[in-house]
Amino acid sequence: MTAGTDTGAGVATGADELLGLYEQMAVIRGTEKAAHDLFLAGLVKGTTHLAAGHEAVAVGASAALRPGDYVFATYRGHHHAMARGASPEECLAELMSKGTGLCKAKGGSMHLTKASVGMLGSYAIVGAHLPIAAGAAWSAKLRGSGQVAVAFFGDGATNIGAFHEALNLAAVWALPVLFICENNLYMEYTPIGDVTPVANPAADRAVAYGLPAEIVDGNDVVLVKDAVARAAERARSGNGPTVIEAKTYRHFGHSRTDPASYRPSAEVEEWLSRDPLDLAKARLEALGVAADPVAAVDKRVAGIVKDAVAAAKAAPGPDPADAMTDVWADGGSAWRT
Amino acid sequence: MADVTDQAKVITYREAVAEGIARELRRDPSVVCLGEDIGAAGGVFKTTAGLLAEFGKQRVWDTPISEQAILGAAMGAAMTGMRPVAEIMFSDFFACCWDYLANEIPKMRYMTGGQVKVPLVVRTANGGGLGFGAQHSQAVENWALAIPGLKIAAPSTPADVVGLMAAAIRSDDPVVFFEHKGLFASKGPAAPEGHVVELGRAAVVREGSDVSLVALAATVPLALAAAEQLAADGISAEVIDLRCLVPLDMATVLASLGRTSRLVIVEENPYQGGWGGTVASVVADEGFELLDAPVRRVAAACVPLPFADVLEQQVIPTVGAVTETVRTLTAY
Repeated sequence: MTAGTDTGAGVATGADELLGLYEQMAVIRGTEKAAHDLFLAGLVKGTTHLAAGHEAVAVGASAALRPGDYVFATYRGHHHAMARGASPEECLAELMSKGTGLCKAKGGSMHLTKASVGMLGSYAIVGAHLPIAAGAAWSAKLRGSGQVAVAFFGDGATNIGAFHEALNLAAVWALPVLFICENNLYMEYTPIGDVTPVANPAADRAVAYGLPAEIVDGNDVVLVKDAVARAAERARSGNGPTVIEAKTYRHFGHSRTDPASYRPSAEVEEWLSRDPLDLAKARLEALGVAADPVAAVDKRVAGIVKDAVAAAKAAPGPDPADAMTDVWADGGSAWRT
Repeated sequence: MADVTDQAKVITYREAVAEGIARELRRDPSVVCLGEDIGAAGGVFKTTAGLLAEFGKQRVWDTPISEQAILGAAMGAAMTGMRPVAEIMFSDFFACCWDYLANEIPKMRYMTGGQVKVPLVVRTANGGGLGFGAQHSQAVENWALAIPGLKIAAPSTPADVVGLMAAAIRSDDPVVFFEHKGLFASKGPAAPEGHVVELGRAAVVREGSDVSLVALAATVPLALAAAEQLAADGISAEVIDLRCLVPLDMATVLASLGRTSRLVIVEENPYQGGWGGTVASVVADEGFELLDAPVRRVAAACVPLPFADVLEQQVIPTVGAVTETVRTLTAY
C-alpha cells in the first residue's frame, strides 16, 4: 500500500484509516436507508431528516477531532451522532420510539444526543446551536482543557441571526470553535442562492467577522478531515474560530417523504455521480486497496444495519412514567409544593 | 426574617445583587458572569459594580449586544462544566432571545433523556415604576412561568437577593432571576455570611387573620403598605412573599388561607396570563373549601405599559387598588 494522500494537513490518510472511514460512512448510509424504509413502513413516527449524501462531512470531521471534543448538530444529525460513536441500533431505536433509544424516546429523530462521547445535541431550531457551541468552546477556554467545539449547520442557518451573533462573539473572544456549514444547496425546498446575496453563504460571511474560511468538497472524506484538522489545530493553538463550508448534497428530500422534485435532474445526477462513498472507494483504489476488502466491509456493514434494525424493532417501548422524569436535575418534574 | 439577617448592616437591593454574585464567584471557580456592560461599566443599573475589579476578565465578561449569543453561550458553558450567570439587561429583551428561554435551555435535559444538565442563572431587570415606557418596563415573570423547565426567583429584599442568588447559582437547574428595577434603591438588612434561601420557599412577611395577600418582588412592599393601612381600619392582612414562581410554594398559600379564608393576589404582570391565574387555579382546585369569599387578583391592566407616571399608575397595581379590593372581600 502507498503512504496515502497528503492534502496539506500534515498527516496523510493511509489506506487502513481510509477503509475505516469508508466503513463508518457505509454504516451511516445503510442506517439512513433503513430509517427511510422504517418511516415508509409506519414504524418511525413524526419526521426524519436523512443525511444520506452528507456522510463525508460527519466522518471526515470526526476523524480530525479528539475524543473529548464537543459536537453540536442540527435536526439533520443522524450522521453526526453515529460518527461520534452512537450505534445504529440506539439511533434507530430512538427514531422508533423505543425505550432503548439514545434519548429514551424523549427526543426523537431531530434531537439525537450522546453526551458521553461529547455529542451534545441535535437542535431543531435553525441556527440555535451555534451560540451554544460557542459557549462550550468558551467553557473549554476558561477551563484550559484544550478541547474544541464544532457546530455543524445547514446553508439555511447562515441567514438567521444566531449565526451572526455566534460568529461575532466567537471571533471577538477567540474561542476554540469550528463552524462547519453543510451546504447542500437547498434551505429546505428553496435554493439557497435564491435567498442569499453571496455565492458561499457561510464562507463569504466569515470575512465580516475577521474569521478565516475554507471551502471544501464535502463529499470527499479526506479533504474534509484535513480541513477540519487544520481548523482544530488553529483553535487549539488559541487562534480562534474557523468557518468551513463543505459543499455536499442530500440523497433524499428535505424530510419525511419529500421527493425533492424541485431539484433539476441534471443537478441530481451530477451530485449522485460524486457519491461520497464512491469517492472514498476511488481513493482506496488509488492507494492500492483491492476490491475484496471493500466488498468485505460492505458485507459486514449490511449485517450491522440488519442487526440494528432487528434489535430496534424488538426493543421495548418507553416506560409511560418516564414522561414525568428528567425535567430537573433531581430527575423529577415537580413545579410546586 | 430578622433572624436570618445581619441587623447591624443595611444595604441596598442593588448592592445585594453584586454581593450575592460576588459571594458565589469567591466560593466556586466554575461561576462566570457574562452580559452587556456588566464589566467595566458595572452594569447599567450598577448591579455588577466591583465584580470586574475583584475577579478580573476571566470571570466577568462584557458581551456584544447579542442576547441570543449571551444565552446560547451560557447554555453551552453550563452543559460543559461551568456555572454561568448571564445578564439580560432588561427583561423585555427576553423577546430577543426567547428561543433560548423557551426552546433550548429548559428542554435540553428532558429531550436528551436526562443526559445533560444546564446549571445557569439568567438575571434580568424586571418591572415598571421608573417611567421607561412600554419596551423597558414590563413585568414578564409570567412569560417564564409559561415554560416548563425553568425555575423562577424574584426577590423583594436585599437579604433575599443574596440568599436566592446563592441558591440559584448552586442549582443544577436553569433559574431565571428577576431583579425588580423599582426595588434597586430600596434598603434592608444585609444577609449574613453563608446565607442561602432555598428555591420554592415562600415567606410569611406579615401575619394576619382576615385576608391573605400573596405578592412577589415589588408587590411585596406594596402589599405590606396596604396591610398597614388596612390595620388602621381593623382589617388584619397576612402578606406572603412567594419569592419564587417555580417551584411555587402553594403549601404556604393554602396554609395561610386556612387562617384567613380570603385571598387577594397582587401581581405586576398583566391579569391576562399573569401568574396569579395559576395561584388562583390551584386554590380553586385544592382550597375551595377554605374560602369565604371569591379570589381577587390585583394585576396590571391588559395594555402596554405607558410612559407618563400618571398613566403608568393606572396600569400597574397600587396600594389603593389593593386596599379597595380587600375591603370588598371583607364585606363579602
